Amino acid sequence: MRYFLNRLGFLLISIWAAITLNFILPRMMPGNPAEIIFAKFQGHMQPQALKALKLQFGFSHQPLIIQYFQYLGNILTGHFGLSYTYYPTTVASIIANSLPWTVGAVGLATLISILVGTFVGILIAWRRDGVLDRTIPIITMFFQSIPYNWSAFMLLFVFGFTLNWLPMYHGYSSSVNPGFNGPFLSSVLYHGVLPVVTIFISGVSGWIVGMRNNMINTLGEDYVVFAEAKGISGRRLMFSYAARNALLPQVTGLAIALSSIVSGSILMEQVFSYPGIGFQLNTAVSNEDYPMIQGMFLIIALSVLIANFIVDMLYVRLDPRVRTGGASS
Amino acid sequence: MSQQRPVLELENVSVAYDSDKGPVQAVNRVNLTLYPEEIVGLVGESGSGKSTLAYAIMRLLKGSAYLAEGTIRVMGQNVYNLSKKELRQFRWSQMAMVFQSAMSALNPVMTVEEQIIDTLRTHRRDMSLSQARKRAEELLNLVSIDLKHLRSFPHQLSGGMRQRVVIAIAIALDPAFVIMDEPTTALDVVVQRSILDQIQEIQRYVHFAILFISHDFSLVAELASRVAIMYAGRLVEVTNSGRLQLLENHHPYTEGLLRAIPKLTADEVTIEGIPGYPPDLVDLPTGCAFHPRCPRVFADCMTDRPELYQIEDGLVECHLFKGAKEVHYV
Repeated sequence: MRYFLNRLGFLLISIWAAITLNFILPRMMPGNPAEIIFAKFQGHMQPQALKALKLQFGFSHQPLIIQYFQYLGNILTGHFGLSYTYYPTTVASIIANSLPWTVGAVGLATLISILVGTFVGILIAWRRDGVLDRTIPIITMFFQSIPYNWSAFMLLFVFGFTLNWLPMYHGYSSSVNPGFNGPFLSSVLYHGVLPVVTIFISGVSGWIVGMRNNMINTLGEDYVVFAEAKGISGRRLMFSYAARNALLPQVTGLAIALSSIVSGSILMEQVFSYPGIGFQLNTAVSNEDYPMIQGMFLIIALSVLIANFIVDMLYVRLDPRVRTGGASS
Repeated sequence: MSQQRPVLELENVSVAYDSDKGPVQAVNRVNLTLYPEEIVGLVGESGSGKSTLAYAIMRLLKGSAYLAEGTIRVMGQNVYNLSKKELRQFRWSQMAMVFQSAMSALNPVMTVEEQIIDTLRTHRRDMSLSQARKRAEELLNLVSIDLKHLRSFPHQLSGGMRQRVVIAIAIALDPAFVIMDEPTTALDVVVQRSILDQIQEIQRYVHFAILFISHDFSLVAELASRVAIMYAGRLVEVTNSGRLQLLENHHPYTEGLLRAIPKLTADEVTIEGIPGYPPDLVDLPTGCAFHPRCPRVFADCMTDRPELYQIEDGLVECHLFKGAKEVHYV
């Protein structure tokens, strides 16, 4: 419990720090969006228009400290400002619309990679030097070494364009009504296949090889030999003694994987025109949509922090050595 | 010596490792017998083959190591004739082993109780959880560990306590004999002493034979009734531990080891080492493997392998004893 509060406090302080940095950084940059628009018109715009733009963007000449507290208040109430690209849509609603797509597709793909990769890693390490151990790491590593935007294109070309088995873009078909209904959900799954497969084949090898190596190290540990000697056999030895311990280093990798769910899919979403965070971030950057960029960065920072918090909690469940102040005195 | 049925019989046991330079004889034609409730010490330098022999007896040889020749019988049963499944049942219920590395022999993510119960229930499937719990408590009492530590994880225990838990797991199924492979090496002398006392005390209640492996000669001489001395994979001497008080009638290597023990009661503490290094097992010296380091070496030692001679109630493999009764194993 003490550990939990400790971690929770750390999480809150980190979030505060991330929000504050997100406030300070843009204000340290030279120029402002109104001036950029003004410059784009190369003198064809009246100076009064610049003032109007500034007012419209909500420029404030109040002291920074007051701006800071207004900003904090806005963040806490979910006001991230208005997007320039989709003016006058709020950044909050754009994020709310795109986040589920990214978390759904990339999250699912990451989860499948971890589960499949870890399980395959356990199996091939258990049957070390078997047929599977000699082939699977090489095959998956081959796919991982292909730049994944390229493999995304190839999948798109083969299964979308040539064979026409799977849709080529967007999160769902334009002929269905978004909502909680059968046709929409199946359309979402159907459209999700290629994005998920792309991320899966680019990531699974790391989990397989990582787990295999951890597992081989663990199998050489004295407690595994001791357990084998005392008669523990088969599945119990493989999972409760070897894999259970080999899993621990993988959990650290999990923290990194979870935090890159939100941020790490820009290319994939671009290739498949997938309506997620990465796609929107790319649009925002190319349109110099400052409020949106700022909002996205905040969401990415929060997702990294929350992912780390989740993994910290998970680690405590998995490794008794992390539980400080436990039952024993 | 007892005429009871032996718990452990080693006949011409050789263990080899495959290496790039050909097979390495880590254990070379070892003959040894253990009788019920007897403590036999096995002493030798690092790399002399003590642990390899222990692993061979438990049929736990890993990697390129294999039993090259000879037979190992435990309770009359040839260990290498058992099927994998039979071996799993046989090991631990008839023979158990306390590993060298107390610190790492316990699974870090399971409680002490779970690990003891795991051992019990793998072998006795009809045992209920509450029976197993009760037995776990008994075992912890036996090794003098507070019952509150049933719920502890290994990292919450000290090194000595962990070794006690390992001993508790080793005797959980009342095996006929237990190999203890340097059970106290990683511990400080005070804890070492209390563990040894504990082992002797447990052995008085629960009767099992012990093959006690160590490189600490004085410790073994005190604990064991017989001591086997191993050099370069061979048993060069097997002797009654009482005879180790005397410096006469021993293998020169044993004498060297005896001289290397510091005597705290002596006015001047002088320690003599044995000059030289243990031999390379790939390229053993001809004749007696000890001859390059032997202070009493003569011509025969360099060319002929010595026979085994009966000296009083012990056995010595050395040319110095030529003329004494020769002992031949089949």
